[in-house]
Amino acid sequence: MAKDDDKEQTLGEVLRQQGVSRRGFLKFCATTASLMALPPSMVPAIAKALDKALRPSVIYLSFQECTGCAESLTRSHSPTLESLMFNAISLDYQETLQAAAGTAAEAALHDAMKKFHGKYLLLVDGSIPVKDDGVYSTIAGKTNLQIMKEAAEGAAAVVAVGTCSSFGGIPKANPNPTGAVSVGDLMKSGQIATKPLINVSGCPPIPVVITGVLAHYLTFGEVPALDVHGRPKVFFGETIHDRCYRRPFYDQGKFAKTFDDEGARSGWCLYELGCKGPTTYNACATTKWNGGVSFPVESGHGCLGCSEPDFWDKGSFYAPLSTGHWGTAEGIAAAAAAGAAIGIGAAAMSRRHQDTISKEE
Amino acid sequence: MDLLTFARGPALQWSVAIFFLGVLWRLFGVFLLRRKKDYSKPRSTHLWRGAVKGLIVHLWPYKEFRPKVVQSYILGYIFHIGLAIVVFFFVPHILFIKNIIGVGWGGLPNSFIYITGAVTIAALVAMLVKRIANPVTRLLSNFDDYFSWFVTIAPVVTGLMAAAHWGGRYEHVLAVHILSFELLLVWFPFSKLMHTFFFVVSRGTTGALYERKGTSA
Repeated sequence: MAKDDDKEQTLGEVLRQQGVSRRGFLKFCATTASLMALPPSMVPAIAKALDKALRPSVIYLSFQECTGCAESLTRSHSPTLESLMFNAISLDYQETLQAAAGTAAEAALHDAMKKFHGKYLLLVDGSIPVKDDGVYSTIAGKTNLQIMKEAAEGAAAVVAVGTCSSFGGIPKANPNPTGAVSVGDLMKSGQIATKPLINVSGCPPIPVVITGVLAHYLTFGEVPALDVHGRPKVFFGETIHDRCYRRPFYDQGKFAKTFDDEGARSGWCLYELGCKGPTTYNACATTKWNGGVSFPVESGHGCLGCSEPDFWDKGSFYAPLSTGHWGTAEGIAAAAAAGAAIGIGAAAMSRRHQDTISKEE
Repeated sequence: MDLLTFARGPALQWSVAIFFLGVLWRLFGVFLLRRKKDYSKPRSTHLWRGAVKGLIVHLWPYKEFRPKVVQSYILGYIFHIGLAIVVFFFVPHILFIKNIIGVGWGGLPNSFIYITGAVTIAALVAMLVKRIANPVTRLLSNFDDYFSWFVTIAPVVTGLMAAAHWGGRYEHVLAVHILSFELLLVWFPFSKLMHTFFFVVSRGTTGALYERKGTSA
């Protein structure tokens, strides 16, 4: 956790204290500009803005989640510029990372909320249960909804980290026993204050995406351009499929038939094995994971579509995207039987009608 | 539930159910009709041979009619064969069918499918233009003709749009593509599209009748 007196330092000062050279810093700015599809001319502007930006106070709340998102953010290659960026913010409350516990931890949260009211950046990880007054997840005797309500009130902006806080994620999966909702849902229903919201979805999200979003916010003082699901367009503007290195094989009609067959190892498309890349918007295929080593499709498994709303309820991960969700065949069998019965009935009526006409003649 | 999940789930189940209900209704309804008795002495009793001959002979227009209708025949063949290729040889379609009937087969490269789809659309548009341009066919055409044309071309157009990333986000266009196909399924049994099943029967029956009468097919 950051010390209180660090908070008045600029980002540039903190990075220099941590031994980041000017060259390293500019490299980071250039990478960030490139990631965000900004022209090279913007690099000095980013560098200047970041250098002078005050360390923002960040409150990181964890609700119905698995800590995978926090793991993703902190377990990146060390020392990466992402982790330096993460150190460079003033992380005032994060249950997994903070040394404080119990009342001391709660005091840190409330101090930060009070001291930086209207200025802090609120990062939320996990969905919020609202069924039965939100009793299914409580921290220090308060429901997640109560905490979220208080924290959102004084936030400058909210970043929903991961699919659970962005769209409800796995806790929201059918039958959603806890009534899990996303941060955006709470804003829409008026249960918490409406603040600028950035959804950084993914299960977990890519570390560099969250860094990029933070850098953008620090540089421009506003949320980046968002897509229909409230995600930054620069990272969620294209599908995994369109940026996939296996894509040419899709176009050629060459598909792996089983995991690890000759085709799969030769880089053929995993569409037949259930890859959801064509309908999944994320940056995995471009930024990759673990310092650019690989991403799921490259390691031989189809995309699960984890950055999309309700990805858990969209059928089997191993059924090709073009297959339907049939449920049971009984309905179709019943319809076929009904059709045959109506047809036989219609023919019988027609024959009777013919008989009547013949008799009249 | 998003649009794609709706299209792949409930909409698909309902449209397929309506398709089977309607098709079986029409098939049973027509096949069980009482046929008029023919009291004339048959000149030939090889009716099946006549039926098969009728099917083959009617694949191409009679010489006398050729100048007037050959263009329509060619366009008709282009779009029917094009449709068959697009429907049955595009890998995602094969996977869709395999999921239902349990049997799959090899597909063709996507680029070939896209070109075939474009040619199919061109042939369908040309046929519509011909239909409207000719005062006789225009007079004979009704809503069934135009709507059947629409539900036939719509899945091809939306399929190509999805492939080319036109008209919106991929998952939305894909959902519209599936929904347009489902519209075809629902409309199919109650329209002229039933010729898919009936053309064999009607041409066969005509051929058998010609055989019985001893006329050249």
